[in-house]
Amino acid sequence: MPGGAQVNARGWGWRHAGRSRWAVRDLELTIEPGERVLLLGASGAGKSTLLHALAGVLGGDEEGEATGVLTVDALPPSAARDHVGLVLQDPDSQVVMARVGDDVAFGCENAGVPRVEIWERVHDALEAVGLQVPLDTPTASLSGGQKQRLALAGAIAMRPRLLLLDEPTANLDPAGVAEVRDAVARLAEATDATIVVVEHRVAVWTETVQRVVVLDAGGGVLADGRTDAVLARESGRLSEAGIWVPGPAPERTRAAPVEGECLLSARSLAVGRTPFGTRTAQAVASDIELALQRGRALAVTGPNGAGKSTLALTVAGLLPPVGGTITAEDGFRRGLRPEPMRWKSRQLVSRVGTVFQDPEHQFVRTRVRDELAVGPLATGADRARTMRRVDELLSRLRLSRLAEANPFTLSGGEKRRLSVATAIATEPDLLVLDEPTFGQDARTWRELAALLDELLTAGHSVMAVTHDDALVHVLADDVLELGDSRVRRPGALTIAEATR
Amino acid sequence: MSLVLTGRLRSSRIARVNPVAKLAAALLVSLTLVLSIDWVSATVALALEAAILPFTGVGARQFWLRTAPVWVAAVAATVATALYGADAGFVLWSFGFVTVSQGSLMLAAAIGLRVLAIGLPGVVLFATSDPTELADGLAQLVHLPARFVLGALAALRLVGLFVDDWRALARARRARGIGDGGGPIGWLRRLGSQAFALLVLSLRRGSKLATAMEAKGFGGSQRRTWARASRFGRAEVVMVLIGAGVAGCAVAAAVAAGSWNLVVS
Repeated sequence: MPGGAQVNARGWGWRHAGRSRWAVRDLELTIEPGERVLLLGASGAGKSTLLHALAGVLGGDEEGEATGVLTVDALPPSAARDHVGLVLQDPDSQVVMARVGDDVAFGCENAGVPRVEIWERVHDALEAVGLQVPLDTPTASLSGGQKQRLALAGAIAMRPRLLLLDEPTANLDPAGVAEVRDAVARLAEATDATIVVVEHRVAVWTETVQRVVVLDAGGGVLADGRTDAVLARESGRLSEAGIWVPGPAPERTRAAPVEGECLLSARSLAVGRTPFGTRTAQAVASDIELALQRGRALAVTGPNGAGKSTLALTVAGLLPPVGGTITAEDGFRRGLRPEPMRWKSRQLVSRVGTVFQDPEHQFVRTRVRDELAVGPLATGADRARTMRRVDELLSRLRLSRLAEANPFTLSGGEKRRLSVATAIATEPDLLVLDEPTFGQDARTWRELAALLDELLTAGHSVMAVTHDDALVHVLADDVLELGDSRVRRPGALTIAEATR
Repeated sequence: MSLVLTGRLRSSRIARVNPVAKLAAALLVSLTLVLSIDWVSATVALALEAAILPFTGVGARQFWLRTAPVWVAAVAATVATALYGADAGFVLWSFGFVTVSQGSLMLAAAIGLRVLAIGLPGVVLFATSDPTELADGLAQLVHLPARFVLGALAALRLVGLFVDDWRALARARRARGIGDGGGPIGWLRRLGSQAFALLVLSLRRGSKLATAMEAKGFGGSQRRTWARASRFGRAEVVMVLIGAGVAGCAVAAAVAAGSWNLVVS
């Protein structure tokens, strides 16, 4: 096993092309060979930028402007690329090859490793991350957690001296998070490589890392030291910056749920999608009974692949039911047919607001301000009233500064806030959210939870698909566990019960 | 994925042959057949191809599904040639510019059979080939640049995501209040803007994948090795010989029948 690499930053900074603000600046940092470092910082503090720079994939002069010096083993990162492994956040966009074995081998091939040795390394790497599947397994058939472990295997097969992990668990369900964390922990014991992890959720990594470095959004380093010391000393500031510091879970603040007017109910509902090239839909979940009421929140939980997202899309009038019925009540449909799937798009938007799992899928305009105006204008609201509503939402969700920006250029937290804002812009009776807290920092999480509370108190109904125990605890009045399709009534609702 | 790639290829004698050999065989047949337009060579080639079909391991459903575009093209070419092709001999039917004669019917048959004889082997041989193996072969045996071959291979994997993305975009538009209305013009505008959104989405995904590939050292100055050896052995030589045989028989039969007419003369 090769040893670890040393990382050095002397007055280093980076500004993306076309931006006035520096993503990272005045960074002074030394990471010794073999150290395991957790890199923290508020959204936009430049954590990912630093990681990409260390991996040598930040690009050349066209991509941005650098100052100062950044080295890996005294080399510029682009020259040290063969010794550096990088694992990114999105499981789907880092799979290169169609089969598991080939994907792990890809990096070794590029590094010019002889053929016989490549396959030894592939076996070792897959064993190290605990992904023991046949080498010809199609990569498309892996779960999110398995794909991230595959990416990890691909990185360590290159025998890196420096391993960089950029929010490797942000898009995973709790089981996937545990898989990846355990794989990294095992790896940390087996190699001398230097490891740098970027992550919002500190608790996941405290066992694995010894040192925490907090980047300051204004430039430089905010805090640096042993994990426990930094967490004890800086807990308040970290929490304010949106970092999930270990501590008591958020408490429920909303008053006890009431029995509100029923908006929509589902009887013996089966949901599913129609695969491309076939005529019949395949049901992924069936026998679902649910009712959505004003002032009440329903959380939909269950393992990956249980059909939660499909259910959400079906209830939101975006997918036809495969079986059973969805019936909108009079006070909700206001003269329309009872099946939401048969409403026109502009009729739907004033009744149901949908927040998709991937915010990028739902953006349709090139400016944040226009994006927010789409819904209200579609319902026929006049321009002046729409603009007032847009301004109100911009300031309510801390987006005023970004009113003229392109939605695609926002940070993850900003995109999530914008996607929620677009869904509530038309003041829909029902808000349907799919994994609204995936990959969000603690600050966005708190704001989101507070906003949903507010909407519920004002008499809206909320349905949220989520893996997030804390969100279920704070928000849910009813829990529907798919795989065991019946609605649990609240009262003695506990987290354990909600997520079993 | 199913759009482009078959998840697992059915094992068959031909599926095991190196895709580069299959490509060479298919090229031999098609390049020979474009040299002449006559129905004898096309019929002979098609008959021989039909004899080989059972050894490819392609099921009936797969066969018709994948070759459907070739059949459509063949029928379209036949009808068009019959109606508008150069006329000769006995006139069977005529209406204005349109004349169907003995000559144009012969030509139509020659063209239709030719489209099938050229199209079918290509499609069927591709259906039995693994794209990864083809890429390995093109890079190691034909020595095409690795950057190009592997870039195309990685991009091919993303094509399978288009259908899902397209549907997700349509749902998002409906949820946002701009999913219908406006009559045919509104429909066209939506189609355009959704296609553009798909393009943006694909570009973003592509650039993420490029970053991941670059981080794994792809495109560096280091000389690349290949984890999977691409071999050209006896089976491959036989495959190419079969291709040459089909082409040779077609030409010989056409020359013997006196129908061979070189297009470039």
